[in-house]
Amino acid sequence: MLAIARQRILGQSFQKIRPAVSVLRSYSSAAKQITVREALNSALDEEMSADPKVFLMGEEVGEYQGAYKITKGLLEKYGPERVLDTPITEAGFTGIGVGAAYYGLKPVVEFMTFNFSMQAIDHIINSAAKSNYMSAGQISVPIVFRGPNGAAAGVGAQHSQCYASWYASCPGLKVLSPYNSEDARGLLKAAIRDPDPVVFLENELLYGESFPVSDEVLDSSFCIPIGKAKIEREGKDVTITAFSKMVGYALKAAEILEKDGIYAEVINLRSIRPLDRSTINASVRKTNRLVTVEEGFPQHGVGAEICASVVEESFAYLDAPVERIAGADVPMPYAANLERMAVPQIEDIVRAARRACYRSVPLAAAA
Amino acid sequence: MPTLLSAWFNSHQPNLHPPSFYSLSLFRSSHPPPSPNPTLAMALSRFASSSRSGSLLKPLSSAISLRRPISTDTTPITLETSVPFTAHQCEAPSRTVQTSANELLTFFRDMALMRRMEIAADSLYKAKLIRGFCHLYDGQEAVAVGMEAALTKKDCIITAYRDHCTFMARGGTLLEVFAELMGRQAGCSRGKGGSMHFYKKDSNFYGGHGIVGAQVPLGCGLAFAQKYSKDEAVTFALYGDGAANQGQLFEALNISALWDLPAILVCENNHYGMGTAEWRAAKSPAYYKRGDYSPGLKVDGMDVLAVKQACTFAKEHALKNGPIILEMDTYRYHGHSMSDPGSTYRTRDEITGVRQERDPIERIRKLILSHDLATEKELKDIEKEVRKEVDDAIAQAKENPVPESSELFTNVYAKGLGVESFGADRKEVRATLP
Repeated sequence: MLAIARQRILGQSFQKIRPAVSVLRSYSSAAKQITVREALNSALDEEMSADPKVFLMGEEVGEYQGAYKITKGLLEKYGPERVLDTPITEAGFTGIGVGAAYYGLKPVVEFMTFNFSMQAIDHIINSAAKSNYMSAGQISVPIVFRGPNGAAAGVGAQHSQCYASWYASCPGLKVLSPYNSEDARGLLKAAIRDPDPVVFLENELLYGESFPVSDEVLDSSFCIPIGKAKIEREGKDVTITAFSKMVGYALKAAEILEKDGIYAEVINLRSIRPLDRSTINASVRKTNRLVTVEEGFPQHGVGAEICASVVEESFAYLDAPVERIAGADVPMPYAANLERMAVPQIEDIVRAARRACYRSVPLAAAA
Repeated sequence: MPTLLSAWFNSHQPNLHPPSFYSLSLFRSSHPPPSPNPTLAMALSRFASSSRSGSLLKPLSSAISLRRPISTDTTPITLETSVPFTAHQCEAPSRTVQTSANELLTFFRDMALMRRMEIAADSLYKAKLIRGFCHLYDGQEAVAVGMEAALTKKDCIITAYRDHCTFMARGGTLLEVFAELMGRQAGCSRGKGGSMHFYKKDSNFYGGHGIVGAQVPLGCGLAFAQKYSKDEAVTFALYGDGAANQGQLFEALNISALWDLPAILVCENNHYGMGTAEWRAAKSPAYYKRGDYSPGLKVDGMDVLAVKQACTFAKEHALKNGPIILEMDTYRYHGHSMSDPGSTYRTRDEITGVRQERDPIERIRKLILSHDLATEKELKDIEKEVRKEVDDAIAQAKENPVPESSELFTNVYAKGLGVESFGADRKEVRATLP
């Protein structure tokens, strides 16, 4: 059953054409373009080359070249002792990965999607996240759990959940979510070098997208600090926070809002845990309005935490209630029209920003 | 060459060893079988340590009799295990084992210490000095002691929550145990772990795990890392008959067999998973056979020599052929934990029956006495010493302070990145993680 679903995912992973490439090329001068996939692959390659303790483990990471081709070529380069194909047994192989990390190796465990990480979540939380604390520092766990997270396209309810808020609520874990190629490279390298367990949430639909990268980004020592958000676009009227795919949507929303004279500041969180509260609050103190955007379920989500943080730290600076855009509060439907309603769209972000700026009145008033 | 008398005299220097470091490691002979010619220094230190606690006031004659070189006698003695091993998919090792007076006395003392420690923990729990969960190992001492005798500190051990004695066998101290149980700074996890979370990384002891069965894949991961690092060492992953039905165990065993990992899965079958007897939980309680394609051995877990023999065999096997299962037929006198009287699902007759027929310490006592390796009085003296060690350690642990409040926020991460963490009221209590 899982195999059929995974086949469906695979079928779509190659259909992502890159219309952005030709557009972006006209903007970037000498900057190279790489896809997120290439960024992740090169990060893994470089970290495996630099540190013999780093090894990869997961379903189809080796001979199949990776379910989404993220680990392409690595088996050939590093051999079957360092790139290990596992059976479809998440609980077992995740536990084995964590045990290897206890001993001092640096595993990178791939979940074909994070939906399957639920089968291994005890090892992520109880075996990995808490061990350094319970052992008073004797047992650190330098492991990375990576894979696609959140909604793909048409894969239905069991294959579409976003796990950012679940993992980010747990002390002892670090949770990262890259948006573009620079994020993908820098954050994955930082994650692999970090001595703590890191949950690395990628996005299947972003794998094929190209982004410009500078020479600095392409250097093998390039790393992005964990715990720091990036201001992707500066603005003065409203702060929009987002991570992963929603950063792209937020940027497009900002372009639309600009035409109305609303200058949105877009923050790419990059790090869900630790959350960069100071960057977010500094931005809200400047703009006085906040829209949080995420793909995942709204209740107890990332936006809820950001809202609470801003209310606690910057209440006096808020000129409007915090607006929250999230996935619909339903399991993900299959039909394309329903699916579209279940995931945030650019117009949702635009509308919320307008509300925050008192430019529109909400359609559905609270009962 | 110093005479016995001067050795006795030397041993009465003050502060020969600080009293807080009573530990099994002082009495550990080399592994696996004791070397035939221990150095004189080792011999002297053993004289000294065995006389440290009780004999200051003893008359000279009995002090000299304690100094009979019984504890250093490493002349091989050949014995048979209580029962032969039962094998699955492999050839059982011989039931003939080699030991020595030195080893048997070491086993006796180590198990007596563990027994005393667990009984003392029972009292401390009832006095409410130990909180939460407390799972006692008395009855099962032979598994911890026999296993340690077959291993080196390069081999890894991981177990579940019934871990106090396994921790001691790996070189932990009584103070570390009692302080951790009482939540004090001197505890092995500085008071932050508790009964189920004892660790000793420098002895390759990885806990101490609270989630039933999770330690088995973790143990296979340790074995993976040992193979990856070419360490020529093995991992013993211990679990109970209750955990033996966990799916993740079979997932990990499958991968270990596919990848030829040097993993030994040890089922400490005490016949009850909490309150559920094995025949109610497992369609097939022949745990040593449950590995199917993986070989297995059934061992009398109350016979420390059988345990040692089986573990030596398993280590050799795993290094060459991949995973193997050992089923230790053992028994716990206490209930599952201190919240369980242990008598609602089994009869008191059963418990006393095992105590009379199969107690591991009694078995060794009989062996020692029947082979005239020590007198009854000498063994009783050892038990008295051990009791005093435990009492002293408890007294010390009681004096030990609780952790500083700042410890709430330490070790959340290995690298905290200067991130903020919060107490219950984040406007009152915040900390920066180092």
